[in-house]
Amino acid sequence: MLAIRSIQAGYDESMVLNDVSIQAEVGKVTAVLGRNGVGKSTLIKTIAGLLKPAAGSVEWMGERIEKKAPELRARSGIAYVPQGREIFPSLTVEENLLLGLEALPKKERKGLPPQIFEWFPVLEEMMHRKGGDLSGGQQQQLAIARAIVGKPKMLLLDEPMEGIQPSIVQLIQDVIVDIASREEMGIILVEHSLDLAFACADYYYILDHGIVVSEGVTDTAHKDVVKQHLVV
Amino acid sequence: MAVVITQIFNGISLGSILLLIALGLAITFGLMNVINMAHGEFIMAGAYTTYVVQQAFSQYVPESFFNYYYVAAIPLSFLIGALLGFVLEKTLIRFLYHRPLDSLLATWGVSLILQQVARSIFGAPNVAVTSPAWLDGGIAIAGAVLPYKRLFIIALVTICMISLYLYLDKTAAGRKMRAVTMNRSMASSLGVSTKKVDAAAFAIGSGLAGVAGCALTVLGPIGSTIGTYYIVDAFMIVILGGIGSLIGTVFGALSVGMLGTIAEFWTGASMAKVIVFVAIIAFLQYKPAGLFSARTRSLE
Repeated sequence: MLAIRSIQAGYDESMVLNDVSIQAEVGKVTAVLGRNGVGKSTLIKTIAGLLKPAAGSVEWMGERIEKKAPELRARSGIAYVPQGREIFPSLTVEENLLLGLEALPKKERKGLPPQIFEWFPVLEEMMHRKGGDLSGGQQQQLAIARAIVGKPKMLLLDEPMEGIQPSIVQLIQDVIVDIASREEMGIILVEHSLDLAFACADYYYILDHGIVVSEGVTDTAHKDVVKQHLVV
Repeated sequence: MAVVITQIFNGISLGSILLLIALGLAITFGLMNVINMAHGEFIMAGAYTTYVVQQAFSQYVPESFFNYYYVAAIPLSFLIGALLGFVLEKTLIRFLYHRPLDSLLATWGVSLILQQVARSIFGAPNVAVTSPAWLDGGIAIAGAVLPYKRLFIIALVTICMISLYLYLDKTAAGRKMRAVTMNRSMASSLGVSTKKVDAAAFAIGSGLAGVAGCALTVLGPIGSTIGTYYIVDAFMIVILGGIGSLIGTVFGALSVGMLGTIAEFWTGASMAKVIVFVAIIAFLQYKPAGLFSARTRSLE
């Protein structure tokens, strides 16, 4: 389980997260919702290790990790798919995917798992193309696949549906649901679309002004109540 | 005709030496954004390594083998350069990433220390390295003589370039190096140890400077300031080629080598330097990113 307790984090002097506590279980999808600029990406970066929190703790599988470097967190089973995808543009699709294996111990880096090509068939066709030549939707599939090849226990997805054509949004949504159904990997899904988040997630948190303003089980939540927190 | 061939050949020859020096810089400066003023002293270290190997061969190895000292000196120069680079990265540079002015000053200090160390060990006057007998002579083409020494350097540079390309493009370690260069935080989020990659990249770049030093010994005497003569040109080449682009460095080095040789033929050595620098500055006004700049569809 991943437990974030009373996290304060931000950039230089300005704190974006004032006091945020969330939990995410392996095998479940946890959605983090909120309007633009409330600190969703800041929270994800703090979990991935790209941002050091000013206060609070990040606990993963019973161990405090808030001071650990990103590469150590990746190797402990936390995979990160950033907003804007950040694939390596001048590496091929294959090279991008192979880099995902770095999260595994050396002995276990034995080629790419075939499962990723069942989820994202387009990547197999594009294997030898440069990452930068792919369309936005293809790059997003590559970024998710690259994170999955390292067999993570917790996948951090930062707005994976942003700016992508509807057919691929559906595909990514199906993959998230499929991953969740296997109950081997947890997902923290950052999303600003309520419908998309609720279609995938088991539990939700809503952030506003750097704190959690609402949380609950998605099945029993009333969307209208949740929506109040999301309107500008 | 002979003059034209000679000049073209000299241009390529100068370009290839500059390329060997600039390739190392292209990694440490171009890819890692570290201004390492001590890069020139790694050239010197490679040159003195060759000198020491030659001395050792003349004393401890049967005379019939003497001519092969150079074969041993090339990999040793690389290793000494790489070792110095590795130590410098571990003890100094890694504390100065993202602080370009500090790293410039600190590495300049290191450069002065290394020069003084060389003077203390080998003495202030230049020392001469006897080049192996199999490098004497040359090929005559259309009245022009192309010396074996310079042909050998061109071949050595080509081998270094191909090895570097294969390392970066075909090995897992090279893939990690390119990934860290493009996007450090993303690479580390995937589990790549950026510290190890930095140390390896610095060692390879410095090792190439060592090989360059080894190559320079066949052209003339060597001294403690041999590196400073080439270092400014090498920085110019990396910027001209486009920071972060190895292929740009190749074209940059050949252009500077060719232009320098032609300008020197028509004017003089000092004027040629001026012409080359003015040309580079003028070109960078027109194309600030250099000859080759990485552009893709992704918004970085």
